[in-house]
This record gives sequence, structure tokens and C-alpha cells, in this order.
Amino acid sequence: MSKRSIIPILYILFLMLPIYWLVAMSFKTTNEILSGFSLFPQTFTLENYKVIFTDPSWYWGYINSIIYVSLNTVISITVALPAAYAFSRYSFLGDKTLFFWLLTNRMAPAAVFALPFFQLYSSVGLFDTHLAVALAHCLFNIPLAVWILEGFMGGVPKELDETAYVDGYSFPRFFVTIFLPTIKAGVGVAAFFCFMFSWVELLLAKTLTAVAAKPIAATMTKTASSAGYELGLLAAAGTLTIIPGAIVIYFVRNYIAKGFALGRV
Amino acid sequence: MKTENQKAWFFVLPVLLLVAFNALIPIMTVVNYSVQETFGDNLFFWEGLGWFEQILRSDRFHAALGRQFLFTFLILIIEVPLGIIIALSMPKKGIWVPVCLVTMALPMLIPWNVVGAMWNIFTLPDIGLLGYFINNTLGIEYNMTRSPVAAWVTIITMDVWHWTSLVVLLSYAGLVSIPDAYYQAAKIDGASPWKVFRYIQLPKMKTVLTIAILLRFMDSFNIYTEPFVLTGGGPGNSTTLLSIDLVKIALGQFDLGPAAAMSLIYFAITLLVSWLFYTLMTKDDAK
Repeated sequence: MSKRSIIPILYILFLMLPIYWLVAMSFKTTNEILSGFSLFPQTFTLENYKVIFTDPSWYWGYINSIIYVSLNTVISITVALPAAYAFSRYSFLGDKTLFFWLLTNRMAPAAVFALPFFQLYSSVGLFDTHLAVALAHCLFNIPLAVWILEGFMGGVPKELDETAYVDGYSFPRFFVTIFLPTIKAGVGVAAFFCFMFSWVELLLAKTLTAVAAKPIAATMTKTASSAGYELGLLAAAGTLTIIPGAIVIYFVRNYIAKGFALGRV
Repeated sequence: MKTENQKAWFFVLPVLLLVAFNALIPIMTVVNYSVQETFGDNLFFWEGLGWFEQILRSDRFHAALGRQFLFTFLILIIEVPLGIIIALSMPKKGIWVPVCLVTMALPMLIPWNVVGAMWNIFTLPDIGLLGYFINNTLGIEYNMTRSPVAAWVTIITMDVWHWTSLVVLLSYAGLVSIPDAYYQAAKIDGASPWKVFRYIQLPKMKTVLTIAILLRFMDSFNIYTEPFVLTGGGPGNSTTLLSIDLVKIALGQFDLGPAAAMSLIYFAITLLVSWLFYTLMTKDDAK
């Protein structure tokens, strides 16, 4: 252990403290939380989690979130793959302009789009559906997915494509059986970032849903205000929102750092 | 060399349609509102550029914009150097690498309003871990619902907590791509650690740092949910950043015209500054 490893250790400690506090609070009774400060739960309880797992208005929030996040990831990757291939292999009229325009969509403040999005999705009859949120999140996820995938595809030599055509592969067959497996790390990284940004976004998800597709994060704000100060319940719900992210991150841990590094600016 | 092929447009078409549906229609709605006045009942009157003039001249907008720039400036000046320092001191190989990467990436995967709520209960003066520690153990008065300074310190600390890891991960990705031979050569030449950093590590991190700074700029300039949940823009208006003010006008007061005009000005500023950053940071490559 060298002297400089004290820096990452301190940093990780700083990152873990608020998370520890949230988790500790989720195991406390509301009484204990309000009665005063305690570093560890004095009367350990699973009551808060039991409420969440038995009350449909709670657990459906999780299911809704997972549905639209998965839907968004699938849509984003599916349409981004051919586009990224086009950007990495061909030059065509307006390609650079188009690429930059795509990236500018990441710069639009979500607050700007909240109201027009509500009107747009209401007028096409998609309001309060999982598809509406999944499509809306494409605004910032597709540009990101194209950007990351293009970076990975750029690292694959063009000779691979040419050899396959000489061997008589058709384009779709080449793309699915040869090209995709070659860049599967890139697909993983892109899917990870799509999942991440769709999972953490709330403003648009909340604006576009009412009951049927309401995300967990929005359920939390509603319950907090109507049931008074149920901190324990809030903490348990918050703790549960960390878990999907933690699982996904574990699977792509060897690629996350690479993901952005290979993309071009 | 890329082949010229106009048929490639067909590959890009689905992306184009989906993004255009999400970007162009809403932005046209906003443009439409920004030049009209409404008194409800779907009655609209032509207003011209009046709203733009009103927003650009209003003290409230200037104040919110000033706070927004201050926030973003502080975020960049803290997170970028801090992220580089942490990345430099991380292990290059071994079992601690995945542990570091996973724990560091964790805050970025927490929904933004949960981040706000989490920091709220973390800093409560009577029952929050940090709030209790500062008030009772250190004996310093700290309550972000009363003191604007405490509120600012808290939102900055929260963002450092939330997003420094992005800079760390990107810098780290740049660092591990440096071949060992570079370091050996530097050692033979007797280069100081500073020289190694300045002439080997920093140039290699340039691309990823450009991405990191651009992303951190865009996201901190557009930040809404976390500070809104944490402070609600208070105490007073002290932490009302641009987007919080915008949502107040658009959905709180339902002043669609001014809110739309403000959105467009906001978007234009973000684009302009991003473009400036981008041009400045990639200037040397063009030569």
C-alpha cells in the first residue's frame, strides 16, 4: 500500500457516507429517526421494505421504471447501430453537420422541453405510457449511443468489412454474425450509458406520466408530501433505486472507463 | 479513408426521424410560444420579440444567470482538478481497480431526486449525519434552510459528490492508455513527477478531458432536479439557478410566453459556451 492510495480511499469514504446514512435510515423506525440522532439503527426493522414490497403503488413504480428504461435502451441501441456504422465507414452529404446537431441535443435543458413534450405526447395519444418516456429519453440517449458506438467501430479495421464481402457475405449477415460480435464491448458500454441516463432522469419521466407508467422516483415525491414525513419509508425506497444501477455497473466494470475514452469529440 | 456513399443516409434515417420528432417539434412549440401572448382559452396574440426584450432586461434573469455561471464555474474549478488528482493516484492494476471503479461510479447511477433527498437527510441539523456532526461535534452553526452560504456549500458539495467520478473515470481511461515505455523513458531522462505529468500524462488525457469538461459544463449548466429537491431554490432566492427559475415561471406562474423566450435564450447560451469550449480545447489539433 503506497502513500498516495490514501487519496482514493478518502474519496471513496466521502462517496459512501451519504449512501450509508440513507441505508441506515431505511432500517430505522420513523419514531427512532425523529426522536434523535443515532449512528446505527437501535431497533433494527424491515418494516419500511415490507411496505414497499406489499403496496402495489410502490412496487409498480419500480416495474414502470424498469420497463421504460429497458425499452429506451433497446430502441436507442437498435437505431444507433446502423447510424454509427454509417458515420464510421462512409462520408456523405452533411455528415459532420448531422453529427454535431445530434450532440447539441444533449445540451438542451430538460426544463425547456417539459411542457412541449407534454403537449406533443398528449396529442399523439401516448401520454402516460411507457413508450412515451422511452421515446422521450431517446432525445439525449441516441446521440450518446451513436457517439460511443462510432468510437468503437472506428477502432475496427475496414479490411474486416471488405474481406467479408469478398467471401460473399451479404450486408445484414456480415453485420449480425461478424461485425456485432467484434464490437460487443462497445454495445455493452453504450447500453450501460443509455440505462444510466434513462434511470436517473426524472423531470421528463414525471411530466409524461400520471398513473399507469409513473416512475418510482415520482412515486417517492408524491408519498413524501401526502403521508407527511415518513423518512424511513423514503430512505428504503431510495436505497432500492440504487440497486439496479449497482448490478448493471458490476457487469460492465471493465468497460466503463473505456466507453467515453474511445468516443471522438 | 472513408468511402463516399450517399446511401449511408438510409442508415442514419431512423436516428434522424426519432431525434427530430423529439427535438424539432418541441423546439418549434417553444419558438411559437415565445412570440405570442395568451390569456388562456387557447387565444393567442402576436407579441413579436417583446418577451425576449423583457427577459434580457429583467434583473431577475440576470441574477439567476449570474448564480448559474457562478455554480458552473465553481463546479468545473473543483471537480476537474480533483478528478485528475484522484485518477493519478488510483492503482493501475490489481483487484482494487474494479473495486474503485464500481464504488466511484455508484453515485452517478442514483436517480437525481434521490440524490437530492439523500443529501437532504444527510445534512439535517438535528438528525442528519453531516448536519449533526458539524453542529454538535464541531460546534459550527450549519443550517442550509437559514443560511445562503450553507445552502451554497451544500449544493456544491453534493455536485462534487455526484459527478467528480465522471472526471475520474475519463481521466483514468486516458491514463491507462499510456504505454509503460513512456514512463521508462522519462525515468532514464530523470524527469520530475511534475514534468511527467505536464509532458506525458496531461497530453494523453487531453481528449478525454475535453469530453469531461464539455459534459460537466452542459450538465451543471442545465442542472435542475438535485438542487431543487435539496433547497427548493432557497433560502430566499439564493440558490435559484436558471433552470429552477425557468420552471417557476413556466409551470408555477404559467407565463408561457416569457418562459419560452427564456428557454431559447438559455439554450442559445449553453450552445454558445459549449461551442467556445470545444473550439478552444481542440484548437491545437487543427494545426
